Amino acid sequence: MEILNKLNKEVTGNINLPNFKELATGLVDKFGEECYQQSLDNHILLFSSANLLEKLGLLKDEFAFNMLLDICGVDNLLRPVEEWPHGKRYEAVYHLLNMQSHQRVRVRVALAEGEEIPSCMALWQGADWFEREAWDMLGITFAGRKKERLLTHHEFVGHPLRKDYSATDNQPLSANEEIFFPEDSSVTEEQKSAREWVNIGPSHPATHGTLRVMCELEGETIKRSKLEIGYLHRCFEKMCENHLYNQVIPYTDRLNYCSSPMNNIGWCKAVEDYMGIEIPDRAKALRMVLAELSRVIDHLVCIGTAAVDIGALTNFWFCFEQRERVYELFEKLCGARLTVSLTRIGGMSHELPPGWVSDCLETVAIIKKNVETISTMLSRSKIWMDRTKVCAVSAQDAISWGYTGPCLRASGVNYDLRKNSPYYFYNDVEFEIPLGINGDGYDRYLVRMEEMRQSLSIVGQVLDNLPSGPIVVLDKSISLPNKKEVYTNIEGLMNHFMLVMKGITPKVGDYYSSTEAANGELGFYIIADGSKHPYRVKVRPPCFAIYQSFSHVIQDNMLADAVATLGSFNVIAGELDR
Amino acid sequence: MKKSSLVTPLTNQSEEDFALERLVLTTQADSFLDWAKKWGQSNSLWPLPFGTACCAIEYMAVVGPRYDISRFGAEVVRFSPRQSDLMIIAGTVTEKQAPVLRRIYSQMADPKWVIAMGACASSGGFYRAYHVVQGVSRDIPVDIYIPGCPPTPEAVIQGVMQVQERIKLGVTATGRVSPIENPVDDLILNPVTKNK
Repeated sequence: MEILNKLNKEVTGNINLPNFKELATGLVDKFGEECYQQSLDNHILLFSSANLLEKLGLLKDEFAFNMLLDICGVDNLLRPVEEWPHGKRYEAVYHLLNMQSHQRVRVRVALAEGEEIPSCMALWQGADWFEREAWDMLGITFAGRKKERLLTHHEFVGHPLRKDYSATDNQPLSANEEIFFPEDSSVTEEQKSAREWVNIGPSHPATHGTLRVMCELEGETIKRSKLEIGYLHRCFEKMCENHLYNQVIPYTDRLNYCSSPMNNIGWCKAVEDYMGIEIPDRAKALRMVLAELSRVIDHLVCIGTAAVDIGALTNFWFCFEQRERVYELFEKLCGARLTVSLTRIGGMSHELPPGWVSDCLETVAIIKKNVETISTMLSRSKIWMDRTKVCAVSAQDAISWGYTGPCLRASGVNYDLRKNSPYYFYNDVEFEIPLGINGDGYDRYLVRMEEMRQSLSIVGQVLDNLPSGPIVVLDKSISLPNKKEVYTNIEGLMNHFMLVMKGITPKVGDYYSSTEAANGELGFYIIADGSKHPYRVKVRPPCFAIYQSFSHVIQDNMLADAVATLGSFNVIAGELDR
Repeated sequence: MKKSSLVTPLTNQSEEDFALERLVLTTQADSFLDWAKKWGQSNSLWPLPFGTACCAIEYMAVVGPRYDISRFGAEVVRFSPRQSDLMIIAGTVTEKQAPVLRRIYSQMADPKWVIAMGACASSGGFYRAYHVVQGVSRDIPVDIYIPGCPPTPEAVIQGVMQVQERIKLGVTATGRVSPIENPVDDLILNPVTKNK
């Protein structure tokens, strides 16, 4: 019961973090007061593109912002004027993370039409795809970078996230690009004759449907490789811009569809934090339960399919049977299995049905046992070890590429948002963060296995101390009244009508919030213009940053090892391409 | 009556008529073979999972132990279009993916059937967006549409059973010409990989 007593503690928002004020004064001293802004617990710096690299370098070296989380392009065309006093139409927004003090800073760089911005790939390797995406989506040009499409296809004309591009403007593609590598002058004639091009995907069992890897092989060793993504670019961010805040929730389900509730939670938490909504304790606890169950089933898909890619089918059946058990719980709770849309802004959509808690505890016990069975089949299997102990990623590289989640921890970096900037009741439950040593596929597997055990233990702890009370915040401007009110009471009816028609309207401004999803830090950057639709939403998908390093990781390794590594990365196309 | 025999027809048929009748019997054997072929075909479908998104995860559940599609003879999942006769489009097909879909469909040997699993494959679903194909029937002929986002495993099984019905009836959507282009021409004009 100790946990219950601690439950009322304020845990949302990091404004009480040590060093918050120090960092603010430090940033003001360094860059001047006119450059510094604050949005709740977010630090914001406003820069121009002049000397940008030096300033970003200062942030990296002096302020120890060692990880680039995201680069987001913004089109200011229809944004309220007070939000862009610089009068320039575009913006590139950098999200930086200091991994020691867990502070974040956001750098907004204003850009006029056609203005070039220096590429920061020299500072963080992970800027690679984020910069390409910013050009693809908004036409922001980075000096020295090729203008290559990333998410849309190569025949695409225009930049879809610009405000003057219609969401319904389809552009069919006639044919896919063929595999091609440019001439390499450093290669001898003899080597050249031994080299061969191999195209893998996008429809290939090892690429899970929508990834394409093009390799140049010498024998079976990969000498050069190119990745192509975007085969599942479903325009999530454009869709957000013409839907209500609550209507975005079903779209978030389909980001990382292996663990839908976590995306729901990430989105709702971002909106709630921005609007200053404190959700009821019961909702927080339920979200934790759902998030941890999702983490388990996400890891099960990863391990199951990775084993299938290598040729071990038995595990797959074992893993999917555990997923079915969790689906059963979800089905009891909301009627859906995979895409659950379980949260609402302000709380949860459904109260637990009778007997759910005991069902869940029972399921947890069964899964716990079966996780050990899966572990017996794989952990000490010589074939599995030999196949997965390849393509190690060092801690330094992992940080530079922007790895988060199990892949980062497998490289030995102790970073988990649930511990480092805890939200909900993660402060009050006991769990450990497993870490790897070598950063190879086997370590990633071990980290995931241990995380499942920890997650199951968290579920048990929370359910044992489940707070009672409402599941949504009782605020007429945020949550729908209950159905009885709507059908019997004119006030309830009007309330319902207004919320459905006008939606939730957060104030003008921008905010970034993140949660620890199964694959790593899932961040939502929201720009609100005071209307019922978000003005711009940018997802920070964890596997996007991880997968962009794939070419480098598999370099000079065997082709078969690339398949094993891809399985251990757990790239989910819905999240990768959005 | 010329002579008595065990097979002498009771009616006063000529021998030619009798032979004709036996010929009819032969065609009945044909139709028996045809029936047997269709029965075999319908109960040993080799699906090609063109899985792109969330529906693919649910399709895995259908193949998995609890729903076990092998009860309907359709568990031999093949990723090679040459070896499969049922394409299950599980997930959203984007503009970038559409040429891939056309090519893979054209690589499947006849007779072939197509299931559009889920709202996205059927109609684009709730993605009325610039990069999402608004229904795969624009690119390839579809036999069965399964509603749902994603459909439940029971719905997928029902879809497969309906394909089996179509096979038994000898119906396939393949004959319909794709409105965009002839996929076979596409394959001839654009070979899979160009060598250096």
